[in-house]
Parts: sequence; C-alpha cells; structure tokens
Amino acid sequence: MLRRLNRLLGGDERRVDSRTIYVGRQPGSTNEAFIPPKFCDNRIVSSKYTVWNFLPKNLFEQFRRIANFYFLIIFLVQVIVDTPTSPVTSGLPLFFVITVTAIKQGYEDWLRHKADYEVNKYRVTVLEDGRRISKESEKIKVGDVVEVVEDETFPCDLILLQSSRDDGTCFVTTASLDGESNHKTHYTVPDIEKDLEMLCATIECEQPQPDLYKFVGRMQIYRNNQESVVRSLGPENLLLKGATLKNTKKICGVAVYTGMETKMALNYQGKSQKRSAVEKSINAFLLVYLCILLSKALVCTTLKYVWQSKPGQDEPWYNEKTPREKETNLYLKMFTDFLSFMVLFNFIIPVSMYVTVEMQKFLGSLFITWDKDFFDPEIKEGALVNTSDLNEELGQVEYVFTDKTGTLTQNNMEFIECCIDGFQYTYRDTASELDGFCVTDGPVSKLPQKASTEREELFLRALCLCHTVQVKEPTEQDQGQGGGLLDQVDGLGVDGEVLQPPQEEKGFIASSPDEIALVKGAVRYGFTFLGLENKVMKILNRNKDVEMYELLHVLNFDPVRRRMSVIVRSRSGDTLLFCKGADASIFPRVRQEEVERIRMHVDRNAKEGYRTLCVAYKYLSAEEYAQADAGLREARLALQDREEKLMAVYNQVETGMSLIGATAVEDRLQEEAAETMESLQGAGIKIWVLTGDKMETAKSTCYACRLFQRNTELLELTVRTLEDGRMRREARLHELLIEYHKKAVQDVPPGVTRSWCSDSQDYGFIIDGASLSMVLNCSHESNSSLYKNLFLQICQNCTAVLCCRMAPLQKAQIVKMVKNSKGSPITLSIGDGANDVSMILEAHVGIGIKGKEGRQAVRNSDYAIPKLKHLKKLLLAHGHLYYVRIAHLVQYFFYKNLCFILPQFLYQFFCGYSQQPLYDAAYLTMYNICFTSMPILAYSLLEQHICIDVLLENATLYRAIAKNAMLRWGPFIKWTLQGVFHGLVFFFGVRYLFSNPALQNNGQVFGNWSYGTIVFTVLVFTVTLKLALDTRHWTWLNHFVIWGSLAFYVVFSFFWGGIIWPFLSQQRLCSVFAKMLSSLSVWLVIILLILLSLLPEILLVVFRNPFAPRPRQLSEDSLLHSSRQQQLSHHCPTST
Amino acid sequence: MVKQKQETANQPDNTAFTQQRLPAWQPIISAGIVIPGFLIIGLAFIGIGVALFVTSQSIQVLEMDYTGVDKTSPCNRCTDPNVKSCLCQMDFSIDTLFKGPVFFYYGLSNYYQNFRKYGVSIDYNQLFGDLSYFTSPSEKCSPYQYDNNNNPIVPCGAMANSMFSDTFKLFQIVNGTNKEVPLDGKGIAWWTDSNIKYRNPSVTPLQMAFNNTVKPLLWANPAYQLDPADANNNGFINQDFLVWMRRAALPNFRKLYRRITSGDYTQGLPAGNYTLQIAYNYPVLSFGGRKTVVFSNVSWMGGKNDFLGIAYLVIGSMCIIMSIVMLIVYAKFRFSEEE
Repeated sequence: MLRRLNRLLGGDERRVDSRTIYVGRQPGSTNEAFIPPKFCDNRIVSSKYTVWNFLPKNLFEQFRRIANFYFLIIFLVQVIVDTPTSPVTSGLPLFFVITVTAIKQGYEDWLRHKADYEVNKYRVTVLEDGRRISKESEKIKVGDVVEVVEDETFPCDLILLQSSRDDGTCFVTTASLDGESNHKTHYTVPDIEKDLEMLCATIECEQPQPDLYKFVGRMQIYRNNQESVVRSLGPENLLLKGATLKNTKKICGVAVYTGMETKMALNYQGKSQKRSAVEKSINAFLLVYLCILLSKALVCTTLKYVWQSKPGQDEPWYNEKTPREKETNLYLKMFTDFLSFMVLFNFIIPVSMYVTVEMQKFLGSLFITWDKDFFDPEIKEGALVNTSDLNEELGQVEYVFTDKTGTLTQNNMEFIECCIDGFQYTYRDTASELDGFCVTDGPVSKLPQKASTEREELFLRALCLCHTVQVKEPTEQDQGQGGGLLDQVDGLGVDGEVLQPPQEEKGFIASSPDEIALVKGAVRYGFTFLGLENKVMKILNRNKDVEMYELLHVLNFDPVRRRMSVIVRSRSGDTLLFCKGADASIFPRVRQEEVERIRMHVDRNAKEGYRTLCVAYKYLSAEEYAQADAGLREARLALQDREEKLMAVYNQVETGMSLIGATAVEDRLQEEAAETMESLQGAGIKIWVLTGDKMETAKSTCYACRLFQRNTELLELTVRTLEDGRMRREARLHELLIEYHKKAVQDVPPGVTRSWCSDSQDYGFIIDGASLSMVLNCSHESNSSLYKNLFLQICQNCTAVLCCRMAPLQKAQIVKMVKNSKGSPITLSIGDGANDVSMILEAHVGIGIKGKEGRQAVRNSDYAIPKLKHLKKLLLAHGHLYYVRIAHLVQYFFYKNLCFILPQFLYQFFCGYSQQPLYDAAYLTMYNICFTSMPILAYSLLEQHICIDVLLENATLYRAIAKNAMLRWGPFIKWTLQGVFHGLVFFFGVRYLFSNPALQNNGQVFGNWSYGTIVFTVLVFTVTLKLALDTRHWTWLNHFVIWGSLAFYVVFSFFWGGIIWPFLSQQRLCSVFAKMLSSLSVWLVIILLILLSLLPEILLVVFRNPFAPRPRQLSEDSLLHSSRQQQLSHHCPTST
Repeated sequence: MVKQKQETANQPDNTAFTQQRLPAWQPIISAGIVIPGFLIIGLAFIGIGVALFVTSQSIQVLEMDYTGVDKTSPCNRCTDPNVKSCLCQMDFSIDTLFKGPVFFYYGLSNYYQNFRKYGVSIDYNQLFGDLSYFTSPSEKCSPYQYDNNNNPIVPCGAMANSMFSDTFKLFQIVNGTNKEVPLDGKGIAWWTDSNIKYRNPSVTPLQMAFNNTVKPLLWANPAYQLDPADANNNGFINQDFLVWMRRAALPNFRKLYRRITSGDYTQGLPAGNYTLQIAYNYPVLSFGGRKTVVFSNVSWMGGKNDFLGIAYLVIGSMCIIMSIVMLIVYAKFRFSEEE
C-alpha cells in the first residue's frame, strides 16, 4: 500500500529528469521557502502478499491460470445445476491443487517477509546534528548521512563522503548484487570537509534507474561566505545497497536512493516467464480435447432431444417428471442438459495432469542439481537450476549461441608475447627453454634484432601505467617482494639468463583479466607496478629504481571505443598519454607509417587465437593538457548526456598518438571444448559463436574448437570483404549475400540440406557487427527483409556461424531473429559474463557458466553449470531424457483420459442420453488421483529408454527427438486413435458380454454398476500395462509403483464394496466387485479385452524392432566399445 | 577440516538414485520372445474359445414374446389398458428334455432402467430399515415421494414404484390335465442384497413399521405383503423386489424370475406340452417395449452367450496368424542381414 502511495506521490517528481537532495543544514536565506521533496522510505518490500490480501490475491492469481479456471467453472456448474456427479468429484481435486499451491506460495512469501523484516529492522548509525543515532534501517530518509563499518552491507544507495582510509577510497564487494567477489574501489567526493557536521550541500542526480553501473550526479557544496563548489559524481562515488564494505574501517555516506528505489530493488523485478514448447503443445492438445469435450456434449444433447421426440420416450410411465421439471423452459432444459454432459465428460481434461507435470518438472530438475558429473571441484559447486519449467526444452535445442571468452575459452589470460616497434618478443613459460625471454625473428627482418632500449622501456612503462589494476592490500610480504624482485628482474634476456617466474602471489585486482595478464607480463620484463597511492603510480623499473607518476586522468575503457587511456605526469614534468586498445580502434589514431610494422604481428597473433592489444602514447604539451583537462572536467560535471560528452572529449584527446607496440595474450580453451562442440554438432545442433572479439581471434578459436574443419568453406561477410570490391558497401553486401546464398542454399540438392553427416561441402559463415547492422538496418525497407531472409537461409545451411565484434544488444538481436525465423527453432544461449545476459534472457533456454566474469549471467540464466563441457551431458542426456519423459507423460495423460471417458460417452447411447455415469463416483474421482497417477510419475522421473552412457556416446540419437518429434500432431493422433480403440474395445466388449447378463452359474444377473466396474477394471489394467509395455527401464521403484497401483485398485475395490459406508446416501457398489470376480466369464472377458487392447501395441513394438533395432544395437555396440568399463554393464544390462 | 566439510556439503550425494543409476531391468520385446509367446497365447485362446463355444452351444434357451402386439397373440386382449387383472395363456411344447436346473427369466426391452433420474429415485435409508425416513422420504424420490394426500410412500421412488408385476404359472399338460410345475423363488437375488444391503425395520410385526405410510401407487400389495406364502420374504428383502432393484445395465434386459428345481422337474423339463399362465399387469406398449419369458439352463460360464467363445477363437487365431507372419518377416530379415 505504502509503496503504491509513494508511487502516486512520486508521480510528479518522476517526470523531472533529476532529483535534488539536501545534505546537512539548509543554506538558509539563499533559498526561498524550502519544501523538502518527498522520497520513498527505506523499506524493502519483496513480499507479494500481506495477511489480509493473501487469500483473495492468491486465489485470483491461481484462477487466472486457464486450467484452474476451467475446473472452477465445472465445479460451479456441478453445484448449481442438477448434474450426474456430485460436486465433490471435481471439487476435491481442485481444492487439493489450490490448497497445495497456496500453501507453497504462502510459505515462500513468509520467507520473503522474514527476510524483509530482517533487512528493514537492521540497526544502522545515522549522523544527525553531529550526534550518532542508532536507527532502524527502514527509517533512513534520503539525505541522511549514514555511517557503515567494515563488513557491513550498505542499507541504501549512498554517496561516499568520507572514508577512514587516507586516500579517500574504500573497497566494496558486490557479491550479492552481481556476484563479483573481487574488491572494487570507490572514491569519496573530493575536497569535502572533514567535519561532516558542517557540511552543507545539495546533490542533484538522476532519477532511480536499474543499471548498476551507471550514475550521474552533481554535488554543490556551500561553504561559509564562499562561492559554492561543484563536484561531479559518478558510479565510483556511489555505494550500492547490498554491497559490502571491505578493507575499510568505516565510511560515511549520504543516502540518495532508498527503499524500493535503490538499484538493487529495481533490479529484482521479476524475470519474464519463459514457456517451453512442450507447454505450447499441451495447450494445443488441450484445445483439441476441449473441442472433443464440447462436441461430445453437443452430440449427446442433440441426440437426446431427437430421441425424446419419439412418442413415449421422453416420459415413460415408470419415470415421470417432477412438476418443476415439467414447467422448465425447453431451451433452459437443453442448456442444463448440455452442462450436465459437460460435467459428465469433464474428466477428459484432468486437473491431475497439471499437478503431475509440475511435480515431474520440479522433481526432475533435482536430478540436474544432484548430478555429480556437474560438480566442479575447483569452485566446489554443481549445477544450478533456476527454473524447472524448461527441463524438456534442453532436449529440443536446435541452435546454440555461445559466447567465446570465458565460455569456449577459460578467460584465464596469459601473456604470450609482445611486439615493440615491429620486433617480436616471446616469453616462454617452460623452464626447459634456455631463453626465458628472447627475441625471435620478426618477419620484418631476418636478423635477430631488437628495438632500442628506450622504446622497450617506454612500451613497458605504458603497460605498467595504462590500466586500472590495483595491487592487493599491502602486507609485510610486499616489502619483501620488492627485495626479491631486485634479484630476479634482469635485462630483457640480453644475457640469456633464465628468468624465474615472477611471484604469482603478488596479487593484482582488476575488472578484466587481460589487464592483469599485461601487468604481470610487464613484471616479467622487469617493470613492476607497485600501486597507486594518493594519485601517484609507482613503478619499479629495471634498474630497481622507483619511478613515480602522477595520475591525472583515467579515460575509462568502454566497449564502443574499445580502448582506454591514462594521462600521467612524470617526475620530470612531462605530461604523457598512454593508450591501449583494439587494433582497429588504435590504428586510425596513430601515425600511419608506424602501423604497417605492427599490423603484421597483430594479424599473425590474432590468427593464432591470441587476444591482441595495441599500445600507443603521446606527449601532451602544457596547453594541450590544460585544454583536455578542462574538457574532461566539464564533461564529467554534465548531468545530461554525460556519456556522449565524455566520449567526444576522449576522442578528441586520443588522437595523433604514436604506436609503440602490441601485446598478445592467450586465452586457453575450456576443458573438452572441442569434444563438446563436436558432439553437439553431431546431435544436429547448429552452433553460433557470438563474440565481441576480433574476427581472427574468434576464427582461430572456432578452428580450435573444431567448429570449422579444414574442409569447411568459409563465407565471410565482414567489413573487410565488403570493402574489397571498390563498390558501395551496400551494393557489395547485396552481391555477396546473393552469391553466398547461391553457394550454400541453392546449389545444395534439396534432400541433402537436412543431413549433417553427408559428404557434401560444409560451409561456415562469418559476419561482424558492422555488417550485421547493415543487414538488419538496411536503408531500403524492401531490401531489409530480403537481406534478413537471405542471411538467415545462408546461416541455416552452414554448420557453424561466427559473429564477431558483437555488442551485447546485437547478440540478443541475432538470437531473436533466429528464434522468430521460420519453424521457430528452439535456441539456447550460453555465456558467462554480463554482456551475455541479454542473449541469455532472449533465448528459449539461457545457460550461465559459473565463470570468472561475475555471476550476472548465472543469475539471469535458467540453468547454470560450472563448465562448458557440462553442456554436453545437460543436453544429450538430461535434455533428451526429460523431453522423452515429459512427452510421454503428456501423451499418456491425454490417452488414458480419452479411453476413460469414451465408454462413458458411448454409454449415453444405451441409457437414453440421461447422463447416467458408467462408473461409480469413487472411481471417477480416484482414477486420475490414485489408480493411474503414480506409475506415470515414476516413469516420467526414472525412464531411460536409452541409458545415459549410450546417449552421451551417440550424439546422433539427439536428432531422433528434434523438432518436438514426440509431441507433434502425428504422434498425438496415434495416441488419440489408440485411446479411441481402447475405449471402443472396453465398452463394446462388455456390451456384448452383457447381451446376456446372467454371468454366473447360479443364474443371477448383473446390473449396471457391475457393467461399469468391469469396464473400469479392464481400463485400469490396460492403461497401467500399456505403460509397463512402454517402460524400458525397470527399477525397483517402477515395479513397486506399477504393481502396487494395480494391487491398490483391487484392494480398494474390495474394501469399497465390502462395507456399508455410513456417510454414503447409496450403497450402489456394495459387493459388486467381489461378485464380479466370482464369475468366470468376467475373468475371461477381462483377460480377453486387456490382451486385445494391447495386441497392436505389442505388434508395433515387434515390427519396429527388426527393421530399426537402434537402441538395442547401439547399446550393444557401445558395450563392445567400452567393455573395460565394467560399471556400464551394471546399469545397462541389455542382454535379454 | 572445516574446508573438507564444506566440500562434502556442496557435493551432490553419490547414490544410485540421485545419479540416475539405479539398477534396472531392461526388457526388450524381440521377435524371439514374441513369436513363441503369440503362438502359446493363440493356442491357449483357441482352446478356451472352443470350450466356451461348445459350452454355449450346449445351453438350451426357449424365449417367448408374450407382449401381445400381434392380433393373434393370446395376450392381445390384455394390452387394452382398460382391462383389469387380465389372465392369458401361452402354449408351447418341448421336444427333448430341457436339462435342469431350468432358470425362468422375464425380459423387457426398450425399458430404460438405466435412466439417471430413475436410478437415483430411491431412498436407501428407507430400504436399510431406518424408520425416520419412512415418514419423510428423500427428496430424490420425487414425484414418487408422497401420494396425493401427502402420505409418505414406502418404499418411495420411481424404481420401487415400477416394480415388475406380471406373475406366471407354468403347467405341464399331462394327459390333458394341467400339472403345475413348482417354481422356486429362493436365491434369485444376490445374497448380499438380501442380507447386507437391504434390511427390514426391526419391528414385529413388520406391518407396524408401515403405519401412516402408503404403498407405492402401482403396487397391488404393500411391501409387507409381497409374498403371502413366506413371511420371511416380505418387506425390502423380498426376492422379486431385490431382483428388480438391481438396475439393468442396458435397455434390453432379462431378470431372473424363478428356478425349476424341485419335484418331478429336478432333472429339467421333460419333453411335452406346456402352458404358461400369465397374470398380465405390466404395461409396456406405451413406450414401445416388449415382454418376454425365457427358459434357459446355465453352465459354468452363466447363460448362453456366443460372444465370448467366438471372440476367443478370433483373437486366438489372430495371434497365431500374427506369429506366422512375424516368423516369415523375421526369417527374411535375418536372411537379408546375413547377406
């Protein structure tokens, strides 16, 4: 309520772009009448319900589900209209389902309430009028100055004013926000009074928004009798609620966003629900069954009135109507009859199916979490299932979109080599090499040469300075290390001395592992970064001298510019700018004559799969610096379009540099990456690599992962190929697309396109971000869709597609495009970093890797696995099995209810369409709940029609279930026909038996309840035995549940008919079952009908076997292959 | 130590169940099992089928329609609703001995005892002997709940009210005189119905329980006078009443009327001429129904029913044909595989 009220109140404020916060005493007279703006309080409400609204709100939400609503309607009809079955038969199951769901949701909400309470009542210290007051967290108001001590979490979003550290920084971890556990540095607002009591300022900042990494604000500080001072505020000044203070004794900050407006709360808005294809199939089948139900009711109603129109049929003397019935309007009677038939046949759509499906999904997902193959000893974690709704979707994947860095590769960077002025320096890790660090032949000069020492040192200084790395907290080890290094560090391998690996313990912390690799690389060459203190960077150079540089500005890295720079001032007073970045973003900004020498190395390194960066520098004259400084300061203070303004200044400063060299960093492939990719391709899955990386690097990774084979013909659509033709880019694009389309799509004979294993030419497709945006956003409307189609068709015929230089949003765009293409294939995205979140959310199934780039991908994923190699088992084994299980579950459920209700429908033709139920109410209610639910649940949890090891070894088996094979209309019709056949057999078999109802040798006759009970017995046995026939994997649980269910049915029937039940108004089943079994004819007919029903089933299985004995043969083959794996034969006893 | 503990806490349980490695039996339905299986099943079914068919054929049945639709039919004059307590006679002859015990059924057709409203129009509490329901019968019995004077009807409801009311007497014509064949009305209803499901009120004499109630409108005698010959066969446990109250499953049905087991007829009905005397009370023509009497003897499988025998024979031979077809297919497949 409060929240809503706040929203209302905040309505006006929301329209304004920024909010103003007053800190400390108000600047009295300078402001006219001061109205404190209203902000929401610091209460976190994550719970959905309160005690009062729980019942109505929860019920409303539950009945919004179409199935629940349907059952409610049926129940109400039963209550209102005089119907054949009592309301209990459908009310009880519905009540059960609703209650269980409500209890579950209530419990979850109670947990949330408890968590909220804990957070909201947490005691925090607030500075008020110079006193420290302890308050409950929920009472914090915007503008309060809050004190937080070490290891506490921040109670709201704070602007850092004061830190106990000398340099005005503090460290935080944001593990609970984005999962990144490394320490991040935040800075105090510069030049703030030490005495916060005296502080008087206003903060202008943007309205709350969920982006964790964006914040723009401005702080105006009023000092006594002085002009106000303005300071810019950025994300580095903002401490987020939920983050934890580390390595800092205490800080003080002023609250800017509170409660539900904090970035954390804004980020907890629910994810959109993903629905699986199976669920869509269920809904489609449901519609069919609903139509069957309606038409059944309609047919019966019509026939009833046709039949009654014959004389004497409507109201025979033995069954007169009550006066009220006689008076009822004919059309009303028709309508109530229709409803009665609906109620009578409503069991065709069972409530229990939803319960069983939910249970299957929930329990089934546990097998993923339990799987010890997914356990990674390194991070000591197994797989994580965030949603169990998509288990079966894992068996349907047609496209895998994978990130490269951290997913295909380990994101474990290692400095491999560098090139200075065109000379290559390789550092070999292996101790066996004589030269730890040597100059190998550059292609430029055949003679071993090296660059001048001056350039070398400049290059290494650049590596040491141009980054945002921090040194881990100084310890006593740090002092010793300096000494240790003195001994180790030597010249650049001039005297061929073996260089010992630098102390790995020396901890560096950075947001990107590349930077650490570079700094560590510099250490190897003798330049050690000692840390940043009071804006002074210290470097230990080769001569063991400490060099000091004053850090003036950091021009941060961003994915658009793809470079970063620092501006430093050396002791000698020179102002230097060092810049490092991707080749494409550096080359245009340096003198062109320097480029060529370096470009060769960069290209070669990229081809080998290394990540390359170019390093450049320039001297800034005093005027230049002053100009840049002013520009940067101004841009940083801007409240609007700060990013754009900063970008403009950055671009202006980073020009006219001179190139020093380039670095190459290796990113190792993940364990078993190639094997995984190979088996996924074998499973008919198309793999697209979406990366922000360079084409060459990505391409080499693709080769290494065997996504591209040697004989794969690559079709390139990149900026390079587009510029080759000396034509306008768009014309060239058009030409290339047509050409590739011809190659990949038209020239392939139509039959072959589908088969992956054919000997036809494999194609690989490469596209980069720029070309992609040309394809997607073509200037001509008509061409746009044409290009898109061409592009998609080409891609669909390629074995692998590589998209490089992608922005995160483009990744999502591609996923969306494929997802919405013809046939709407099932897509899976896998990634580990924040840049993959968009595609993880977009794809049908999102998988996060518990990698190094934080936990954001994991949080937003549907499933998280520790390593890429686990994807294979997740899809090929778990996905396959889940799909088969749930598909069988769904089909079986529809089938068993069809043959359950069909006899009841047929009986109407023999009882004057009077809605006489064939089965007793107890049987109607218990059929789905007790007699037939457990075997299918056990089946859908335990079935392994092919055992897991075989599935893993034969990836091609995955194709057998592709394209929703078991839930398409074909199988559905097959199952439906089977249900119809069984229903007909049950009903007419017993019908002909009853042409003489004297079935015992004492001449006594059987009545209608005996009739129904015989049909029901045959039904329960047939339906259960059919499942038994389908079961390929009989564990003791299957045995227990299948035979147990049948036994339970028999025992229950004896019990139900054996006692006079005091609460029943009629005893119609009294001794019916026992009497039935005392007749030999009934035994014979039950056996006959069960066998007759199952005959086609057995025949199908047998006839399928000799022609396609795949599962068995395969398992035997694989047994031969891995006969040494004794263990396997235990679990897959395939011999008969 | 602590670290180790943590590790084990995070690590999934390594049990056969959690790893989906429970030992399992994986049956494979192969031709090798199915062909002999089908053969055995087929032979067994044919065996059973022959036995059933022979048994069924050996059962003698004599069915006579006595509705009297035909003008020439002896009961034709009784079809007039205005004729009260009409008696008619059907003559028939038996050529060979009709083996005993002979069961005497009456049959009705196009009679919907399985109407839903008809079926629920009953008050089990009354029939269970609960006196409180004698004075206020269940609402479900309406419109057979109270008579026009608002007296409660016991037993109430359409089902009880429409109890079959024709009675039969069978005579053998021996030397021109009618010799009555004794009909046995004991044990024609389910034992559980008369002993467990239905009960008379524990009031003696029984008549006292029915004070202030009226008999069902169509009944000739009140419930406590259904069988004047046997005092224990009255009230709700009267055998004829119980037979009627067991609803038939289909609109054409027969119900057991009497058995011929005693006297000279223990061995069955000898060849000769017989007369069936019918007290024709039950109207069926208004709804197009027919009435029949059926004499039949029974076997271990019950009354005559060819369906079971034929079905067993057909399915048995189908199994055998299938196994032969499979054998051929399988042999061919094997053959081609060896190539």
